[in-house]
Amino acid sequence: MNDTLKLISDKIEESFKGAVLSAEELYNFNVITVQHEHIHPILKLLKEDEALNFHFLTDLTGMQTADEKQLGVIYHLHNLYKNNRVRIKTYFDINKPEIPTVTDLWPSSNWMERETFDFYGVRFKGHPNLKRILNVDEMDIFPLRKEYPLEDQTREDKSDKMFGR
Amino acid sequence: MSKKENQHLTPPPDTMEKEYTTLNLGPTHPATHGIFQNVLKMDGEIIHEAVPTLGYIHRAFEKLAERRPYAQITPLTDRLNYCSSPINNMGWHMTVEKLIKAEIPKRAEYHRVIIMELSRIADHIICNTIIGQDTGATTGFLYLFQWREHIYDIFESICGARLTTNICRIGGFDKEWSKDTWDKIHNFLKNFPKELEEFNGLLERNKIFMDRTINCGPISSKMALEYSFTGPNLRAAGVDFDIRVATPYSSYQDFEFTIPIGTSGDTYDRFTVRQEEMRQSMKIIHQAIKNMPEGKMHADIPNFFLPPKEKVYNNMEALIYHFKIVMGETDVPVGEVYHSVEGGNGELGFYLISDGGRTPFRLHFRRPCFIYYQAYPEMIKGGLLSDAIITMSSMNVIAGELDA
Repeated sequence: MNDTLKLISDKIEESFKGAVLSAEELYNFNVITVQHEHIHPILKLLKEDEALNFHFLTDLTGMQTADEKQLGVIYHLHNLYKNNRVRIKTYFDINKPEIPTVTDLWPSSNWMERETFDFYGVRFKGHPNLKRILNVDEMDIFPLRKEYPLEDQTREDKSDKMFGR
Repeated sequence: MSKKENQHLTPPPDTMEKEYTTLNLGPTHPATHGIFQNVLKMDGEIIHEAVPTLGYIHRAFEKLAERRPYAQITPLTDRLNYCSSPINNMGWHMTVEKLIKAEIPKRAEYHRVIIMELSRIADHIICNTIIGQDTGATTGFLYLFQWREHIYDIFESICGARLTTNICRIGGFDKEWSKDTWDKIHNFLKNFPKELEEFNGLLERNKIFMDRTINCGPISSKMALEYSFTGPNLRAAGVDFDIRVATPYSSYQDFEFTIPIGTSGDTYDRFTVRQEEMRQSMKIIHQAIKNMPEGKMHADIPNFFLPPKEKVYNNMEALIYHFKIVMGETDVPVGEVYHSVEGGNGELGFYLISDGGRTPFRLHFRRPCFIYYQAYPEMIKGGLLSDAIITMSSMNVIAGELDA
């Protein structure tokens, strides 16, 4: 565990005991998984703490876990002064996909959260305008979820038996 | 005095209701260079409110990528920012190389740098000439645009395609560049600078152009950071952040170049920053050619890099590898990678989760346009409609990247 990663996870642990589920370095990138209950105050801490100062939201996106029971939201934060990056991940139940918005911390998260809602159905509580952004408004599914396969499953001329997905 | 005669006098407060006009700018408007719709609430010629609509050319690349082997995702990245598709291609190759931990020879990396800088020039040519075009100066547009064609000729002689290039491969280049390619590059390097300066002379200190663009669609550095601006638009606002310097990839640490920054983040600054970046790109290309290292053009990763065709026909191993790569049957490590490159518009990021299958488990493109375009309503608010048009062209919003 490198110094930056240790500093970040210690700071989070200090304020929110037991919130850090894992902290590791993957491909030269600091990755911290946290409990979704504390996600908003943790991001606020990362942004506003003097020593950490992760003031720049590089990316916000969603994902679905392999067992298809959980959704995840992934935040990429960046401290431009020290050129440190960190990836904050949080997972929650797919049947209750609710997480607080971070539009109050970063205005840029507005469309990224809308995109995540559009594709994964994550409801960002407190978002000023949570509606679909890239797909048509009439769409009633969340297309990037794994339960919606890309190709028509009734087709018999294309088989995945040999080569997997 | 009757009521009718009185009407030109100021009415008492709260007796008149202010009315706004709704104007649909787009989706296909000749002045917006792409499929953008903005529903504008106008107070005369002043924009009171703007609501952008997105998704007109959404093609679900992230979903498509979940069904495609790694090599087949490169053509998808072409179609993100199609004005500088080689940068997208390289970014994707480097992401996969990071995942499989491949060591790329310096020679291939220098060649990549040349291509990336050429496409950055092509991207900036489009943006800057279009700013000229939208302010009414078509001449510069016609003068400089042919040099974009020369850049596309170079790409064509390397990979056979001009716009959607699918250039290079995971691991490096398939062959050395031909003499024809180098001739074209040298011709470009020799003749482009003076054309660029001629174009620059037409606009940079042109009184009409300056009056038109200075203080048009400005953004402060604080707001630019809050809106996660990257690339030339952030630098025009005065923040010297460039991925090529912050986290060098593909041997960018070997090159000497400066990052131009602006002060006020208005259209004029965005224009001048891009102009200077083109000159810096030329400088990088000159250095890359001068210090070109010897060595191989591709990494030694037979599991990912296609063998030469004659070996496929005559050699057992080569045939096996060829089959494995084409069918997407090579083993990919389980992992999670984020790689970003400095695209024409800013930080182009690839967030890739691999579960060891033949296709990515999840692939997300961090598209700079998509993120900074949301500041557009804020930037044009209170300005004139004509300013909104050139603000959009100077932000270089590319529909393909916006909608993915």
